[in-house]
Amino acid sequence: MIDEKILLTAGHTGCAGCGQALAARLVIDAAGKNTIVVNNTGCLEVFTTGYPYTSWRVPFIHSLFENAAAVASGVEAALNYLGIKDKVNVIAQAGDGGFADIGLQAFSGLWERGHDVLSICYDNEAYMNTGIQRSGTTPTGTHTSTTPVGKDSVGNIRWKKNLVDIALAHKCVYVATASIHLPIDLQNKVKKALKLKGPKFIYILAVCPLGWGHDPQDSIKVAQLAVETGFWPIVEYENGVLTKVRKLKTILPIEEYFKLQKRFSHLLKEENKHIVELWKQKIKENVEKYNLLES
Amino acid sequence: MKEFLEGAAAIARTVSVCRPAVIAAYPITPQTHIVEELSSLIANGKLKAEFINVESEHSAASCVLGASATGVRVYSSTSSQGLLLMTEVLFNAAGMRLPVVMCCVNRAVSAPINIWNDQQDIMVVRDAGIVLLFAETIQEACDLHIQAFKIAEDPNIMLPCIVNIDGFILSHGYEPVEIPQRELVDKFLPPYNPPYKLDVDNPLTFGPLVGPEWYLETRYAIQETLNNEVKQKIVEVADEFTKIFGRKAFGLYEEYKTDDAETIFVTLGSISGVVKEVVDELRKQNEKVGLLRIISYRPFPTEISKILLKAKRIIVLEKCISLGSKGPVFEDIVSCLYLDAYSNGNKLPFVNNYICGLGGRDVSKEEIIEAYKDKDVFKFIGVKKENLGSFI
Repeated sequence: MIDEKILLTAGHTGCAGCGQALAARLVIDAAGKNTIVVNNTGCLEVFTTGYPYTSWRVPFIHSLFENAAAVASGVEAALNYLGIKDKVNVIAQAGDGGFADIGLQAFSGLWERGHDVLSICYDNEAYMNTGIQRSGTTPTGTHTSTTPVGKDSVGNIRWKKNLVDIALAHKCVYVATASIHLPIDLQNKVKKALKLKGPKFIYILAVCPLGWGHDPQDSIKVAQLAVETGFWPIVEYENGVLTKVRKLKTILPIEEYFKLQKRFSHLLKEENKHIVELWKQKIKENVEKYNLLES
Repeated sequence: MKEFLEGAAAIARTVSVCRPAVIAAYPITPQTHIVEELSSLIANGKLKAEFINVESEHSAASCVLGASATGVRVYSSTSSQGLLLMTEVLFNAAGMRLPVVMCCVNRAVSAPINIWNDQQDIMVVRDAGIVLLFAETIQEACDLHIQAFKIAEDPNIMLPCIVNIDGFILSHGYEPVEIPQRELVDKFLPPYNPPYKLDVDNPLTFGPLVGPEWYLETRYAIQETLNNEVKQKIVEVADEFTKIFGRKAFGLYEEYKTDDAETIFVTLGSISGVVKEVVDELRKQNEKVGLLRIISYRPFPTEISKILLKAKRIIVLEKCISLGSKGPVFEDIVSCLYLDAYSNGNKLPFVNNYICGLGGRDVSKEEIIEAYKDKDVFKFIGVKKENLGSFI
């Protein structure tokens, strides 16, 4: 039985415990049926649209890896021409590779031109669809298939590209982060963003059991730890002003987050302590920047 | 009423009377005047359309793809590197069966960077499933634009169409042109009514993942559409155009003095005008020559083999080269001649391929006549021996 209210239906071929599948369903259910979804190439498009089936109960278009933002700009322009933009939401969504790397120019164009489109990035921190290669949002010290840990390697050596700051620099009217373990917060953010006119951006950490090497049944727990260790702050900006931060009673040690995931397992060894120290410094910066601790 | 207009302005004004809803473009020479004029028409209230100033040609093509999928008439134009950057998107638009209409103002491809005319750029999307039309004059460039919308948007076709015009020669050249009247265009070109679109009341999925069990048929379908519906439509639309606008539209190709010709030149685009003069001159010298000008390069009008097989010699004169092979038009001509002759037992003519005009090099009548007389199988016309030492 298919629940008519669910706009991204079951029966797709996403992995057990896929954070992106859950996040995408929360997003589209919050956006509602009067929404056109434009999707970059990536896991989500692959596991929801295997012809002749589709899981989407809203109009959905996938064109290429890097052009969802530009396709969405065209969709919005057409809706404006037809005089029906106020009745129809447009969402341009992508994984981290399609958003922060190959598709960033198109998102920059979309934001700069001020199209009335909600941009969503589902960040699983590597190119999972092609076999877990490093992306521009892969965290420091991560083992991926193109930054493998070895005698001369501790994994990826670069820090994550900061998409929140990039969106803010473009004067997006709304910028927020979200997590799948906080579904009501995530859906409220989608609803709030869609009420605002102009470019808006929601950045969701999409846990990936396959790429991160954790038990699928721990997906929610991993997402929760990302937030509670201060790695993934939950924040909200309106017109460039930080208006809301999800405060934490305590900041859990980052090792709690690492130890559930194979991609970080080498970081718990004594010889890689310097990477963990680097992380602790970064998290301290997050705590200070967003005033994460409850006073 | 004819007006003395620059090609780009004439094309823009013609596109305007076709009532496009969304236009997206990125600046590149020599295409820019077309979209500048369109922007000006919008800014002055003469055209109601959404104009998107994008950050790249990749996004220009993607914007019009998205707008076309949303069910409105779209237009873009580009040249050279811009077309190359659009290539991925144009294959996608064809595969998704979206009737994006564009102008390619043909220009050489880098490196070395060169802004002048040849036709190497468009050959990059030769295999994409796009209808490719070539204009000889500014008037024809305008007329082909109107026909392009009608062909591309036919519910049984739904494929992109690119009108090719030679950079500078047609884009910046001036000619007395008749801009078709809006009322006549409205009569000729109905509003775009797509058989499918992104619609919240009837949700469809565009661009799904298609495996080996289905993909082959998507390509078969495009091939069949191009070779059947599109060819037929091009001819029908040309006839209808001629009736409504009172100006001859030739359809798939134009014949010039081919009836008794022993040698037939084959060309694309504006160089055909020069070759017509060459034909006239050679005829004065009692040489039986003619010209077959291809207007629809894709779909390729294989029907022309019937005309060409009557001749003893064919000269394919083209402003493009498939480096490491020969000219792409030559390859198509040889292929269609061979297949026809093999099936019907005809004798094959001597087919020559002369490459000319690359990167804007002038091609004179004299050079063409000399090549005609030299009878080489293959040559680059106008190569300067003294320049060759500069390159590997």
